Amino acid sequence: MARIDLVDLAHSYGGATADTASYALKPMTMTWRQGGAYALLGPSGCGKTTLLNIISGIVTPSHGKVLFDGVDITPLSTRDRNIAQVFQFPVIYDTMTVGQNLAFPLKNRGLSSNEIDARVAEIAKLLDLAPFVGRKAVRLSADAKQKISLGRGLVRSDVAAVLFDEPLTVIDPHLKWELRSKLKALHQALDLTMIYVTHDQTEALTFADTVVVMHDGRVVQSGTPEELFAKPAHTFVGYFIGSPGMNIVPAEVKGREARIDRHVLALNSTYDNLPPGAKIEIGVRPEFVSVAPPAPALLNAKIERIDDLGRVRFARVRIGDVKFAARVPNGFAIPDNTAGLVFDPAHIHVYADSVLVEGRA
Amino acid sequence: MSVALDNISREVSSVSWIRDVSLTLERGTLSVLLGPTLSGKTSIMRLLAGLDKPTSGRVLVDGKDVTGIDIRKRSVAMVYQQFINYPTLTVFENIASPLRVQGKPRAEIEKRVHEAAKLLKLEPFLNRTPLQLSGGQQQRTAIARALVKGADLVLLDEPLANLDYKLREELRTELPRIFEASGAIFVYATTEPSEALLLGGRTICMWEGQALQVGATPEVYRRPDTVRVAEVFSDPPLNTVGIEKKNGSIQYAGGESAPATGLFAGLQDGHYNVGFRAHQLEVASAALGRHAFPAKVSVTEITGSESFVHLNRNGYNWVSVLQGIHEFLPGQELNAVLNPDDLFIFDTSGRLVAAPRSM
Amino acid sequence: MDKTINNKAWLLVLPVFLIVAFSAILPLMTVVNYSVQDTFGNNQFFWNGVGWFKELLDPSTDLGSRFLASLGRNLLFSAIILAIEVPLGILVALSMPREGWRVAACLVILALPLLIPWNVVGTIWQIFGRPDIGLMGYTLNKMGFDYNYVSNSFDAWATIVVMDVWHWTSLVALLCYAGLKSIPDAYYQAAQIDGASRWAVFTAIQLPKMKRVLLIAVLLRFMDSFMIYTEPFVVTGGGPGNSTTFVSIELVKIALGQFDLGKAAALSIVYNLVILIVCWVFYTVMTNADNERTQTEGGA
Repeated sequence: MARIDLVDLAHSYGGATADTASYALKPMTMTWRQGGAYALLGPSGCGKTTLLNIISGIVTPSHGKVLFDGVDITPLSTRDRNIAQVFQFPVIYDTMTVGQNLAFPLKNRGLSSNEIDARVAEIAKLLDLAPFVGRKAVRLSADAKQKISLGRGLVRSDVAAVLFDEPLTVIDPHLKWELRSKLKALHQALDLTMIYVTHDQTEALTFADTVVVMHDGRVVQSGTPEELFAKPAHTFVGYFIGSPGMNIVPAEVKGREARIDRHVLALNSTYDNLPPGAKIEIGVRPEFVSVAPPAPALLNAKIERIDDLGRVRFARVRIGDVKFAARVPNGFAIPDNTAGLVFDPAHIHVYADSVLVEGRA
Repeated sequence: MSVALDNISREVSSVSWIRDVSLTLERGTLSVLLGPTLSGKTSIMRLLAGLDKPTSGRVLVDGKDVTGIDIRKRSVAMVYQQFINYPTLTVFENIASPLRVQGKPRAEIEKRVHEAAKLLKLEPFLNRTPLQLSGGQQQRTAIARALVKGADLVLLDEPLANLDYKLREELRTELPRIFEASGAIFVYATTEPSEALLLGGRTICMWEGQALQVGATPEVYRRPDTVRVAEVFSDPPLNTVGIEKKNGSIQYAGGESAPATGLFAGLQDGHYNVGFRAHQLEVASAALGRHAFPAKVSVTEITGSESFVHLNRNGYNWVSVLQGIHEFLPGQELNAVLNPDDLFIFDTSGRLVAAPRSM
Repeated sequence: MDKTINNKAWLLVLPVFLIVAFSAILPLMTVVNYSVQDTFGNNQFFWNGVGWFKELLDPSTDLGSRFLASLGRNLLFSAIILAIEVPLGILVALSMPREGWRVAACLVILALPLLIPWNVVGTIWQIFGRPDIGLMGYTLNKMGFDYNYVSNSFDAWATIVVMDVWHWTSLVALLCYAGLKSIPDAYYQAAQIDGASRWAVFTAIQLPKMKRVLLIAVLLRFMDSFMIYTEPFVVTGGGPGNSTTFVSIELVKIALGQFDLGKAAALSIVYNLVILIVCWVFYTVMTNADNERTQTEGGA
């Protein structure tokens, strides 16, 4: 269990002298508290795997330091960092049983066999692997194998952090639920620092206390799932989080009003200091825009498609060139193909050059 | 044109991959093969295409038996999970390749490639090679190549599974439009119920080599014929509990009893299985007319717009999805509530007996 | 995948069919014919039925004892070189670099002994081992060892074994290297994280993952060593005496030396059968082990 500090960390696969724009990881400084659950979320190529590899020791950063509990571990090898890692596909020792797999790290450290057996039994029970301890590990299903991988990390009681590299990639959708909630329950029971890399926002948001959204080598926003959902600091976060993502639409904003296509929307704050010449957009999540019967007071749009997700329905609408996704209230019967849009002003955000602008109350 | 499978079975080394499947696919339709891995989706597609021969049964195109005919003679195109493109050819050449094989004149090739590229938003990339493209663009190239052929049957085997979540979303919203524009028969395999719901069309629910139910997607979703279909077509997983109806009241396995109102009212006395999806289970006080279960929270997962509450009730593990943010702590006790008008009732053999009447 | 039926393909096969028939099947049939007849090769045949075969498998006859003795020598030889080449090949594969220009250099050097024609290999070692003009022979004698592969059977055996190891270990090494390369990096990382020692990494990760490749290597080396002819013949000619007379050399002696075509034909058929049986056993073990692995991954 360790507090992790990233101090001015940056990395380029081309070496320290490469052009800064080409850095895989742009300079960043962050602190991750001990016992926290962190998710690194972003599209392919955003630098999340690079960051994970730097923390685990596989990659040595071109620049900056990594500290565990204040100690600079950047020069240490993976073995000496005392971390645990779960990979995209299950990594188990084919020749050993489940119990032997779990005992392996402890055997290498020279613990007595009594201690090993006790610890293995404890971890096996925690992971629901107790009935399989005597079986050959290769014979288990993929999700059980991932649990073994995880168990090998947890079995060392002083492990500094547990790193997950897209661990649910090969797991069937139904089993993903079980494994995910198991990971979360484990985190709450064990007070371990856990870092989870993924491109799947549902995985990130459900697992982590703090989600670090990354894009193009930079940390775009870091916060709780509620913060990222309710108040994205960047249009990228608005787009990336939420399914469907935030509606981001160019508009003219003045004072307490936003103007889209001759229609005026009321805002909850006053915006009078917008940077001149910047690209002004408003962002509002589909969950806060709903369809209603068309009316002159509302922004009217043409319905292109209704997505029925079973428990909720979204309408894809179009106003001129602008497309919106909006929620269809339960029980609402869709009229021909126009509808009015009702906006919740508390959840309309204003972005200048893609960055959130705070208005006055 | 129409494609049909007539009592198809396929066995390989005495392992049965497909058991007695019959399907008919009409022109201009989209059919979604929904099922877990190894349920037979890829096998069905290979049989439709002509890559494999069935052990028994026939494959019919427009009523004619084509069961033995080589795939090269059939009008089929296929898109795979791994983005399969010719790595040394440019995107333009990749898309043009089936037309060149068919020996079409240059002007026609140019025209059709540009049309396909426009449909899949690949026009800026026509001169690049696949390795210079992102995953999503590579898969679009593969789809364009499949479409440009003008094949009558286009098969897509989990084409979005290897893409990032957001890219998957994007492509998924575009696919229905692309399918309509083409007019061929489309068959799309996936393991995710939400994809089936978003694509619409018809759903063929697969399980262990059998087609359990075939019908319009919202129909299969709202009226699953068996509990197995409901399980396949639920994400989060389906919650179930056994009940016994006797003398106008319902006894739930595990303890609670409640008056037999709502969908229970019309049942005959006996044992049944009740299934309900996560959004049909609410966390609330035991209001009148509802069936309440005291339960303990094992973990809560919050996505920002929804909260998934994992509950343990008398040994049953249930999941409930609630709108908004609910910070329930592990071990917290609360009431899980069912609406007797909003659930699925199956008999002991798994067949559907009652389903919610809403649209 | 089921192939479709295309009858035009038979026409393409016809030329190959004729050539194979002429150069392989007809001679094979001739051998079978000879093995059940008694002849001096002048086209006069006397039917002998299974006579030669009975004599062959009877250790009390001259033919039988020679056959069984040479078969024993073959088995001993195969056992020795497998025991040396397999561990040595694995060791070489483990020591090879994983990436960079050094890989290409190593692969080329390893491949060199495999490219030399077999009788040239024999000739190289024959000269190499000569006590008068051979570098090895001369040096060993100078160092005090009384080395002479012509007169001492132990020396003859040692020379042949070393020659075979020199010639063929590269094959085992290359196969093992291919097997090693297919292990994903994540396994090594996990082992590092688990604090595994070098030996543990070898036994727990590398060796199990190389199992399939090793089986192929052992099968190939066994087959080749069991059929060995050119190299030992060039070096020792089967001597001293008959201490390095393997079945193949015995066969040539009987067929061309004594001109006992019937006996030679029977011998070659039995020899062929022994190899086929051993290979079939190997193959069955291999595919069963494979099936077992894939089947059990059905899950808990």
